Amino acid sequence: MIKELRKHKVLFAMMVPAVVYFFLLCYLPMAGTVLAFKNYRFDKGIFLSPWAGLDNFEFFFRSGKALLVTSNTVLYNAAFIVSGLLLQLAVAIVIAEMGGRFLRKAAQSVLLFPFFLSWVVVGAIVYNLLNYDYGFLNVLLRAVGLQPIDFYSSPGWWKYILLFFHNWKYVGYNSLVYLAAIIGIDRSLYEAASIDGANVFQRIRRITLPLIVPTTVIMVLLSVGNIFRGNFDLFYQLVGSNGLLFNATDVIDTFVFRSLLSSQDIGMSAATGLYQSVVCFAVILATNALVRRVQPDYSLF
Amino acid sequence: MAHYTKDRMLFNILGCAFIGLLCLLCIVPLLLILSGSLSEEEALVRHGFRLIPEHLSLAGYELVFKAPGDIVRAFGVSLFVLMAGTALGTFLTAMTSYVIGRRDFKYRNYFSFYIYFTSVFSGGLVPWYLLMVNYYHMKDNLLALILPLLMNVFYILVMKSFFASIPEAIAESGKIDGAGELRIFLTLMLPVAKPGLATIALFIGLGYWNDWSNAMLFIHDQNLVPLQYYLYNLMNKTEMLNNLAGKTGMPIPDIPKETFKLAMTVIVIAPVFFVYPFLQRFIVSGVTVGSVKG
Repeated sequence: MIKELRKHKVLFAMMVPAVVYFFLLCYLPMAGTVLAFKNYRFDKGIFLSPWAGLDNFEFFFRSGKALLVTSNTVLYNAAFIVSGLLLQLAVAIVIAEMGGRFLRKAAQSVLLFPFFLSWVVVGAIVYNLLNYDYGFLNVLLRAVGLQPIDFYSSPGWWKYILLFFHNWKYVGYNSLVYLAAIIGIDRSLYEAASIDGANVFQRIRRITLPLIVPTTVIMVLLSVGNIFRGNFDLFYQLVGSNGLLFNATDVIDTFVFRSLLSSQDIGMSAATGLYQSVVCFAVILATNALVRRVQPDYSLF
Repeated sequence: MAHYTKDRMLFNILGCAFIGLLCLLCIVPLLLILSGSLSEEEALVRHGFRLIPEHLSLAGYELVFKAPGDIVRAFGVSLFVLMAGTALGTFLTAMTSYVIGRRDFKYRNYFSFYIYFTSVFSGGLVPWYLLMVNYYHMKDNLLALILPLLMNVFYILVMKSFFASIPEAIAESGKIDGAGELRIFLTLMLPVAKPGLATIALFIGLGYWNDWSNAMLFIHDQNLVPLQYYLYNLMNKTEMLNNLAGKTGMPIPDIPKETFKLAMTVIVIAPVFFVYPFLQRFIVSGVTVGSVKG
């Protein structure tokens, strides 16, 4: 150890910023999860507040919120994964097969652009599309003689709205991985298939799809690993603090954020956060074990 | 003239229709914002959005320039955070990933694990927030906007695989010439790694530019509010508009509220739009590097 330290003292020194950074911003907060078992008092701070046993967890699970936010998080993420996968695959396959460089570039540029917008901007866009008085959709509905819809007080619609804008923002970006995988396929396979008389659809089904299965499996497993992490920005910017919609749209992350901002119950929000971290960790371990089985090269650890 | 077979025709028609529809769905909301920002307030509120404004009006933008103080300041804060954070973050990411990628560095796996573990397990928002505020004193501190996005496990891994693609002979040649580790890194490795650095820098920069939640958590001083959070407040808090009325001396009912908000949205999107060609080029290449092996 000391020999190594002397030999590579500069390399060790170069690691110092990262070690300190992750210690202060990640490892100390991990130690701070003791808060979940404490009755937080502002005057005593994280480590000196009195113990509360499992009260915080009990409060969270008894409140009925636990089931609601957990199932919202998981169900939304599941819907995002499935819809995203189908759309991204379709986009990648069509763009890869599309003739004409210009057209292909143009389509890709357009589809990728929303990825670069902030969620604040997306929230503003959604508001201008959906609000009751002059939102674009309601203008359209009125123009064709239908009743306008007050989206911001109808929880039922938000499943679709959130699903739509999640894909709106990510489809272009996430399809890039599949596109790269398709472009990496040996061209001679397609040529051979053409000579044998396979049409475009057969080539996609028999060559493209089977050959991008590994990439697809990895991408899906990676997103399944994060199924307990809600997309905080999406939910917070589109729904905000609109209490009418919480039952349909509240995920763990927004729930924790809101209860922290309102400082109602620091201990309980810490407990919620810890609950999420632990479950999340378990799921990541499980999916990683699966990845290692399918394709050891892609396993994370 | 190319001859298309029947299946090719069918595929092209279906494919173009599908991609065309998606492209429309991507573009139309943005066009609506743009056209709304150029509309007359009254027409907008009364008749709602049109793809092409009925009467062109720049009232929303004029209002931005009437009381530019807050907006310019917010822009300045965002720009400062973006530049400082991106420069420092890219450098630290490169340095870290270079070291953990060095094959002759015996402890690289321990350090890798130390860094990697933070992405699979976290203490959650609450302890992190309390540490930041009560122990590191980050409230109303610009560092609160810089630190949280400074280093990111994913970017370190992407950069590591980028360094792995650089021939080891380059570092070797430096060693033979008697250069120290730091010098090898700074004068030999960094210049060779420029495309990778550009990708990482753009990812980090984009994160800073689009960040709003750290401002919401840590910034209460109006002078330190970044642009995204300014826009958020404008969309969600009516007192922002009243405030503006006070500053411009316009009576509140006369203020073109909605077109002003839309003009602000366009102004926030504009910088991203102008650097989009760069973003696209480097981020597309970043995805393909990162997807090889994390």
